[in-house]
Amino acid sequence: MKIAVCIKQVPEGDARLKIDADGISIADADLATEINESDQYALESGLRLAESQGGEVVVVCLGPDRAEEAIRRALAMGAERAIHLNDPAFQGGDAAATAHALAAAIERENVDLILTGLQSDDAGWAQTGPILAARLGWPSATLIMEIEPEGDTIKVKRELEAGWFQWVRLPLPALLTIQSGISTVRYATLKGIMGAKKKEIAKVTPADIGLAPDEVGGAGRKTRTTRLYVPEKATGAEIIEGDTATAVATLVEKLQKEAKVL
Amino acid sequence: MAGAIWAITESGDAGLKSISFEVIACGHALAEALGSPLEAVVMAADGSAAAEALATKRMQAVRVIEDPALAPYTPDAYTAALAQAIEAESPSLVLFPHTYQVRDWVPRLAAEIDAGFISDVIAHRVDGDETVFVRQPYQGKLNSDCVFAGDGPNIVSLQLGAYLADDAAAGDGAAEIVKQPVDLAGAASRTEVLETFQEVADRVDLSRAEVIVAVGRGIGKKEQIPIVEELSEALGAQLAASRPVCDNEWLPMDRQIGSSGQTVTPKLYVAVGISGAIQHLVGMKNSDTIVAINKDPNAPVFSISNYGIVGDLFEIVPELTNQIREAKGTG
Repeated sequence: MKIAVCIKQVPEGDARLKIDADGISIADADLATEINESDQYALESGLRLAESQGGEVVVVCLGPDRAEEAIRRALAMGAERAIHLNDPAFQGGDAAATAHALAAAIERENVDLILTGLQSDDAGWAQTGPILAARLGWPSATLIMEIEPEGDTIKVKRELEAGWFQWVRLPLPALLTIQSGISTVRYATLKGIMGAKKKEIAKVTPADIGLAPDEVGGAGRKTRTTRLYVPEKATGAEIIEGDTATAVATLVEKLQKEAKVL
Repeated sequence: MAGAIWAITESGDAGLKSISFEVIACGHALAEALGSPLEAVVMAADGSAAAEALATKRMQAVRVIEDPALAPYTPDAYTAALAQAIEAESPSLVLFPHTYQVRDWVPRLAAEIDAGFISDVIAHRVDGDETVFVRQPYQGKLNSDCVFAGDGPNIVSLQLGAYLADDAAAGDGAAEIVKQPVDLAGAASRTEVLETFQEVADRVDLSRAEVIVAVGRGIGKKEQIPIVEELSEALGAQLAASRPVCDNEWLPMDRQIGSSGQTVTPKLYVAVGISGAIQHLVGMKNSDTIVAINKDPNAPVFSISNYGIVGDLFEIVPELTNQIREAKGTG
């Protein structure tokens, strides 16, 4: 089974976010990054399938030079090789533009299955996976919590709302978006980290995958972010100051006398 | 502005979901600001009951897309059906609730009809010629303003709870119910639905708890869970968690609060080491009194809390447990 796993490099969960001078993105300087959480689960699922079914995992990532760090980590975890869509023209896209570029890159790989995370922890569109499937004309299923390969078809458990789940069957090739928590994500071993240095990362430009620069990135997008900002705190918490004992005493008093919940 | 605004509704086993009226409420505000007619859309194998409920609200018409292929839900059938209807009627703006089901098929629809799609919107405003939609990227830490780059058709999905279902005003009379014909004969679904079920039959029902202590990723590891367990016991509370805690199996999955877990409204909700990703906040933001304890003063959880203490939870929580015990013992 040949599997493509799409990963995105995002700011670390508790990274300090500074808005860039452009007013619409996060400043790159000193930004701590990681592989998007649900993409890590997608990668883990891909590696497990390749191990149990035979085959290989190809990592696909659209991002600037710094995304190579995320790609190397994915290779260290066990992916065979990587495709890095890295060109200024790819930048500034929305989910539609990004999925269009990913589709063109993956189309030439003849994979049986594409795995993505369910959504990114930065933009959070929750669109790229299903749009990618639609661009390729493939079926898709989202929020997957279990995968059972069956040869030409695949049986998957979808998470629905409020504790409900659903088993569905799809013909291959297909695309799945993976929910966080589907399994335990492995750590890269030292051997894996050393081995990753020798693995191939194919750097790809729009021309390499048969696309014009104006089809991708900022030129190919259908939506535009005009401003990124810290939300105004309309009400917000009353922050209780003081050393631990004093602050806690004040809180307990407020819960008793103001909120009357103790 | 000529094209209609469509409010796409969603139905479940118990009929029309109440979030459908949140979409209508947003539709009313946009229709008024843009001078466009508002129409609701029902998609179902049998949509008559849903259509009648919707027709009581103020709108131009209720469009009913009925086909046996629309039950059970599959992304292929829903995409084909609505793509045909949009092609036939050319609405300018199509609104959806940002449900798990919408996330499953509406991106495909956007690709199919080449539409722009702004998802998980919390508010809008009309600035002259431009309609601006507000989102919460970076897991709710920041806001962003988004606009469409093209004329449409354009698609928006609305975060649950961002608009109030009660704001969906009643109409003067019943709105006209229109059958919207679609032909799904050539659009066989590739998804075969096998079984729909609830995982844990005897799961903990947190929705009845009066006091909840919820723990997040800030607790660090499973071995440190007893710190919040003790606080929970002192308060006579139910212990709950954010998604990462359950994913890491530090607490069982049925303790999870948020969009993929339970929705709660206790009298007191104490959020410990929870930064407040939007997926968590939607499950607890309507609690009466919310206390947040977090080391990051910019954590979004503080914006929806009543009281906050910024600092090290490993110092604050044991102290709080002691003082609660004292207060209860002497009180």
